[in-house]
Amino acid sequence: MTTFIDWLAAPLQYEFMQRGMIAAVLVGIVCAVVGTFVVLRGMAFFGDALAHTILPGIALGYLVSGGAREPLFWWALGTAIVASLGIGAISKNSQIKEDTAIGIIFAGMFALGIALISTGRSYAVDLSHFLFGDVLSVSTQSLWLILIFGGLVLLVIFAFYKEFTTISFDPVLAATLRLPVDLLNNLLLVLIAVTVAVSLQTVGVALMVAMLVTPAATAYLLTNRLPRMMFLAAMFASLSGVIGLYLSYYLSIASGAAIVLTATFFFVVAFVGKRTRGI
Amino acid sequence: MYPHTHHQTNQPILDVTHLNFRYNGRNALEDITFHLHEGERIAVVGPNGAGKSTLFKVVAGVLQPTSGEVNIFGTRPNKHVCIGYIPQRSHVDWNFPVTVADVVMMGRSAKLGPFNWPRKKDWEFVHHALETVELSNLASRQISQLSGGQQQRMFIARALAQESELMLMDEPLTGLDTPAQEGILSLLDRLKQEKVTVMVATHDLDQAASHFDRIMLLNHRIVAFGEPPVVMQTNNLIKAYGGRMKVDSEGAMLMDDCCDEEENDHLH
Repeated sequence: MTTFIDWLAAPLQYEFMQRGMIAAVLVGIVCAVVGTFVVLRGMAFFGDALAHTILPGIALGYLVSGGAREPLFWWALGTAIVASLGIGAISKNSQIKEDTAIGIIFAGMFALGIALISTGRSYAVDLSHFLFGDVLSVSTQSLWLILIFGGLVLLVIFAFYKEFTTISFDPVLAATLRLPVDLLNNLLLVLIAVTVAVSLQTVGVALMVAMLVTPAATAYLLTNRLPRMMFLAAMFASLSGVIGLYLSYYLSIASGAAIVLTATFFFVVAFVGKRTRGI
Repeated sequence: MYPHTHHQTNQPILDVTHLNFRYNGRNALEDITFHLHEGERIAVVGPNGAGKSTLFKVVAGVLQPTSGEVNIFGTRPNKHVCIGYIPQRSHVDWNFPVTVADVVMMGRSAKLGPFNWPRKKDWEFVHHALETVELSNLASRQISQLSGGQQQRMFIARALAQESELMLMDEPLTGLDTPAQEGILSLLDRLKQEKVTVMVATHDLDQAASHFDRIMLLNHRIVAFGEPPVVMQTNNLIKAYGGRMKVDSEGAMLMDDCCDEEENDHLH
């Protein structure tokens, strides 16, 4: 028994592990709650595209600030908000099909980001941090930013819960109730953008979509009530964060990948469990 | 944020004049003019793609007319929250994680206003609406667990919770078995007593003739509009349905039987 407690406590003697754990849990909760709407509205591809689209913004910030990590949050936030509203507008007004338009923009922007980063000297290392995250290098200052902006996202979702639910379930009803549907849709896009910026250090742009979608989808398999779905998703996400970091510590695997793999494991268990119990 | 317009009760509940709606370069609705009295029940009948759903969405203020006017008690529809639009069941995500009561409560969103959570009064509206449609015992069920008729009644309850005075129902009877259809039709009788004005899109000419005060025969234009015996003339039906109509010695027989979706995909 004591050995198990030692086993659990050992990584926590490092402050970077403590900060990493807190970051992973906070990010997990925010992603899971926002991700509930991403899953219900079928916006997984949008989320994935958005995460990739912010890479040139981060790259620019990285070149401008000479490699410092702290200002990158603001670059990520700014780019994510502009990109989310831009993609939202394109998918509404384009003659080309929505997913094609998003695909073109996202791959183009992603390439631009790689091109920009490749002009830097420690190209490979930095690129991999942006792509796959580096939760163990989260500073106290970054932790505060995650807490403040993540809290803001949750607060806005709480405040507009009934409006977001209504526009997601029945946009025509929302229109006849004269809810400001376009405004609310854009607000939701901005919330996803802020979530992406907040999660950047934890999972990186390439794995972001997993944090948005996997815990929420797992919860969706287990309940058919929206508040419970949000709660379960947040639980799975934070649990994935903690377990993922232990795996990362003891098996020496990349933290972002370990977190996502844990979340995926939960999904597979829920999926198989539901199947074998019979439909 | 959300409008609340006072009704000028000396104006008709719905007044449509020279309404045109163009979509993808085609005239979906042409020169539509009519008005409704309070508490009337109107059946809107016409072939697929005749513009029934489009008409409802323009009347509801969800789509803007290309030209012409729609007035609800003397003002534009987008100033009103009293128009209940009841969607076709096939257009609803039945796996959405909400209960029957949750969906009915959505009808209160406008009256609640931003930032407010439902109060006791709102729950009373919801429970009363569920009683009216006889769904009280299923209030906490997830919506996919309802039968077709119950799903339709849930949406009527939602329109009641919204305090709708004009209800637009898009094919509420399609795909329901006869008892469920009877249930909806008797519910329409109860709505009439509460002075709710109802427009129902339907494919069933017999039901239209037997359960509604007036029938609108629509095929992009109004072919005929009036009391059932006047409208249900063979020449009118031929005009509305064209080649999809077979006429024999007993009168007209409808060849068109429901339900391609093409006319409904503007707004999704």
